Amino acid sequence: MASEDKKKKPAFDCEAASSTVKDLRATFATEKTRSYEWRASQLKSLLKLINDHESDIIDALRSDLSKPAHEAFVSEISMLRSSCEFILKGLKRWMMPEKVKTTITTFPSSAEIVPEPLGVVLVISAWNYPFYLSVDPVIGAIAAGNALVLKPSEIAPATSSLLVKLFGEYLDSSAIKVVEGAVPETSALLEQKWDKIFYTGNGKVGRIVAAAAAKHLTPVALELGGKCPVIVDSDINLTVTARRLIGGKWGLNNGQACVSADHIITTKDFAPKLIDALKLELEQFFGKDPLISEDLSRIVSSNHFAHLSKLLDEDKVSGKIVHGGGRNKDDLKIAPTILLDAPEDSLIMNEEIFGPLLPIVTVDNIEESFSIINSKEKPLAAYLFTNNKTLKGKFVKNVSAGGLLINDIALHLANPNLPFGGVGESGMDAYHGKFSFDTFTHKKAVLYRSFVGDAPARYPPYTPGKLRLLKALLGGDIIGVIRALVGW
Amino acid sequence: MNSMEREERIGRSLGELRQTFRSGRTRSVGWRKSQLRALLKMMDENEDQIFKALHQDLGKHPVEAYRDEIGVVKKSASYSLSCVEKWMAPAKGRIPLLFFPASGEVLPEPLGLALIFVSWNFPISLALDPLIGAISAGNTVVLKPSELAPECSAFLAKTIPLYLDSEAIKVVEGGTDIAEQLLQQKWDKIFFTGSPRVGKIVMSAAAKHLTPVTLELGGKCPIILDSLSNPSDIKVAAKRIVGGKWGPCSGQACIAIDYVLVEHKFASTLIELLKKTINKFYGENPKALKNLSKIVNNHQFDRLRNIIEDPAVAASIVHGGSLDEKSLIIEPTILLNPPLESAIMTEEIFGPLLPIITLTNIEESIEFINSRPKPLALYAFTKNEAFKKKILTETSSGSLTFNDCMVQYLCDALPFGGVGQSGFGRYHGKYSFDTFSHEKAVLRRSFFLELEPRHFVVRNYNSLSILDTPRNA
Repeated sequence: MASEDKKKKPAFDCEAASSTVKDLRATFATEKTRSYEWRASQLKSLLKLINDHESDIIDALRSDLSKPAHEAFVSEISMLRSSCEFILKGLKRWMMPEKVKTTITTFPSSAEIVPEPLGVVLVISAWNYPFYLSVDPVIGAIAAGNALVLKPSEIAPATSSLLVKLFGEYLDSSAIKVVEGAVPETSALLEQKWDKIFYTGNGKVGRIVAAAAAKHLTPVALELGGKCPVIVDSDINLTVTARRLIGGKWGLNNGQACVSADHIITTKDFAPKLIDALKLELEQFFGKDPLISEDLSRIVSSNHFAHLSKLLDEDKVSGKIVHGGGRNKDDLKIAPTILLDAPEDSLIMNEEIFGPLLPIVTVDNIEESFSIINSKEKPLAAYLFTNNKTLKGKFVKNVSAGGLLINDIALHLANPNLPFGGVGESGMDAYHGKFSFDTFTHKKAVLYRSFVGDAPARYPPYTPGKLRLLKALLGGDIIGVIRALVGW
Repeated sequence: MNSMEREERIGRSLGELRQTFRSGRTRSVGWRKSQLRALLKMMDENEDQIFKALHQDLGKHPVEAYRDEIGVVKKSASYSLSCVEKWMAPAKGRIPLLFFPASGEVLPEPLGLALIFVSWNFPISLALDPLIGAISAGNTVVLKPSELAPECSAFLAKTIPLYLDSEAIKVVEGGTDIAEQLLQQKWDKIFFTGSPRVGKIVMSAAAKHLTPVTLELGGKCPIILDSLSNPSDIKVAAKRIVGGKWGPCSGQACIAIDYVLVEHKFASTLIELLKKTINKFYGENPKALKNLSKIVNNHQFDRLRNIIEDPAVAASIVHGGSLDEKSLIIEPTILLNPPLESAIMTEEIFGPLLPIITLTNIEESIEFINSRPKPLALYAFTKNEAFKKKILTETSSGSLTFNDCMVQYLCDALPFGGVGQSGFGRYHGKYSFDTFSHEKAVLRRSFFLELEPRHFVVRNYNSLSILDTPRNA
C-alpha cells in the first residue's frame, strides 16, 4: 500500500494546496484584485480567450463528450460570452456603495452598504458542461474582486488541460490559478481555509464539501441537481412541445445536465399522443439510427454508462421501454429512450437519471402532478407545458424548485436577470448576472455618525424619564421624543 | 424524560410543523401579519415579565432591557409588519431577445421549517428578531432558547404559545443534549447565534442534510480612536465608548467593543476621560455598582477571572479589576497594553474588560486589524475623511461604524451579519425576510415564435449572434 501510495502520490498535495492559497492571499493583500480596472481587464481577457479559441474549446468538448459543435457553441461558448458581457456592463454600477435610509433612532446619521470581495475563493466545477460550468462561476468571482482557484473536473480531461493552458496565457496567474486533479487533489484543496467555496456537482460530494467548509466556517454555494420534472398538459401545441422537450432532454448533453428533463408527468389519455409526437420529432432531429447521429453527445464515462444501463436493465423497468433502448458500449452511446409508467419503486424513478432515458409517469388528472412533485425532494427546476392560465398559476404557487419554467426547458438559466440555483436537495445559493457578483461579495454595512446628536437616554444613570424617551426613539415617534424631552 | 422519549416528542413536533407548512397556511400574508401583530401584543402585555426575567438572568436594568431587547423587537416587528406585503411581491426581470416573447420574475417563497438557536446574552431579542424574519417569510419554526438564561427561556416557552400559532411556531427548551437532538433532524434552514466553536458543530450537522445556515458569531470588535483635537468630541467619544462597552450586557455582546487602538500620546487623555465617564455612569464605589449587568454564570465569571489573573495582564490594569463572585459583577476594567499574545488579546473577551493598545501612528491600526480574523463590527472615531476612506476600503468586517458604537444594530436598512470568522448570512429588516426565503426564478414562455437556431437543423453556428444578450438588457 505504502509503495503504491508513493507511486500514485499526487503531485498536488496538502502542502502544495497550502502554498497555493498562501500565494493567492499575498496577491489579494496587495489589493490589486479590488480595482475596477483589474476586474474589467480580466473579464475582457476571458472574452478574448473565448473568442480566440472557439475551435479549441469545441475540440476539447468533442474529445470529452462528443459534444456536437452546435451544442457546444449554444450552451457553452455563447452562454459565457453573454454572461461576461452582461457582467462587464453592470459591474461599475454594482461596485458602487448603495445608500440606504436611516431613521430618527440613529439621527443624525447616514448609511450605506459597501460591496467588498470575500478574499480567496475555490471553484469546483463539473464534467457535463466542463467549460461553461468552470468559467461562469469564475466570471462572478473575478467580477467581485476575489483571487481564486478553479478545480475543473478530471472526468473531462481535455477541457481541464485546455483551461490550465488558456487561463495561464490570458489571465493574471498571480490571482487566478487552475488546479487539475481528482479526489486526492480536491481533498487537499478542501483542507485549506477559503473565503467561499462554489461547488457544482452532486449531493453526495456537496455534503463532503459543506462538511469540509464547516471546519473553517466558510460559506458555500452548492449547485446540485435532482430529478427535474416536466408536467405536460393536453392543452398545448404538441409539435412545439415535443421539439422543446427533445431540445431540453437530449439536446442538453444527451440528458447529462442538471436542468435537463428527468421525467414527464402527463395524463393517461394524453400520453400516447405525446409519445407519438416525440417519436416523430426524434427521427427528424437525430435520424433513423440515433446511435450514429453526430448531433448527440455520448455518455461521459464507462462508469456512468454502467449506471444508466443498470437503471434500464432493472427487471421491472426493461419491459416499459416504448421507444429507443439502443446502446453501444464501445462508443459509450445510448439512444434517446422513452419509458412509460416505470414502477414508482424502481431505481430510475428514484435516482437522478442524468442521461438519455425519459420515463413518462401518467396520472388521471394533471393537477395530481403537483402533489407527486411535492412529495419528493425539491428539484433544481420544474417545468410545465400548458396554455391553461389557472394551471400555470397553481404551478407557480404550489411547486417549489430552484426555478420554474413554463412552456420550455432549461432556458431560464440563460436569463441573467434571474437567479440560478437550487433549494433543499438541489443546493443553496444562486448565481448568474448580478447574482454571480453577489455570491462572491460581502455586503459591508457602514454607518456614519457625527459627534453631535447624542440621546442621553442611551446612557446610564438610568431613569424612568430615559425609558420614556427611549420608547419614543425606538418607536420612531417624533412627537413622543419631544414630549419626553420636555418632560411631559 | 429519557432521550428516546424526547426524540419521539421532537419527532412529533416536527411532524406537526411540517404538516402545518404543507397546509399552506403560513404562506398567506394574512397569517404572517396576524403573527407579527400577536408578537407585538405579546411584547406590550408582558413588558414587566420580560424586565423581570432579564433582571434575574443577567441583572439587566429595565432601561437597558428596553433599549437592547424589547424596543429592538418591537421596532423590528412593526417594520416587518408594514413592509411584508411589499417584500412578498414578485420582482420582475427583463428578458433577453432569444426568449421573446417571455416574462420572468423572482418569487420569494418560504423555505419550510426553520430552526433558530438563541444565545444567552440577549435572550429575548436574539430569539424574537430572527423569529420575526422567519414568520415574515412564511416559515414554520422551532425556537431553541439558551438554557443559560433560564428565566427568559421559560418565559418564551410559556408565553409564545399563548400568542402565536402553536401549530406553526414551537419553543423547545433544553441544553446541549436537546440541541444535539434537534441538529440531527432535517431542517430547511438553521439560524444560529453564538460562538464560532458551536457554529462549526451546527454547520457540520447541517451539511449532512444540505441545510443552509446563517451563522451570527462574534469576534474581537476593535475601535480605532484617532487623536481627536476638539475636547467636546473627545467627551462624546468617551461617552459612546463607555456606553457601548459596558452598557449592553456588561460587554457580553457580539458587537461590543473588544479593544481600543489609539496613539501613545492620546492614551492618557482617553483613560482619564473613560474613568470619569465610568464613574458617572456606573458609580464610584466598586462595591455598589449600578446600571451594570452581571456576568451570566460562574463558568463565564471564572473564564474572565482567569483572563485578568494572568500576572502580565493583571499588571496592565489601569482602572477597576475588582470582582464580586457572589453577585457575579465585574467592575468596568481598563487595561493598558496587555501582552498581545495573552488570552485577553487572542480570544474574544465577551465581558467588561477593555484593553487599550497604543500605536505610534493611528494608521498602523489598519495593519493591526488586518492581521487578525475579520470582526463582526469595526468602529472608528475620526474626523479625518481620508483616514475614513482608508479604513473603509482597506479593512473587512461585518459592519463598520464611524463615530459611534452599537447603533448600527438599530438600522433596519443595514444588513447585520459577519464575514469570515464572524459568521455569514445576514438579517434585520428586509434581510431577515430574505434569509428565510428562497428566491424562486420563474420564466413563462408561449408556444409561438419558435427560433429554429436553438435546434439542430442549423449547422452554421456563426449565425447565432441572436443568442447574445441584447444591448438594452
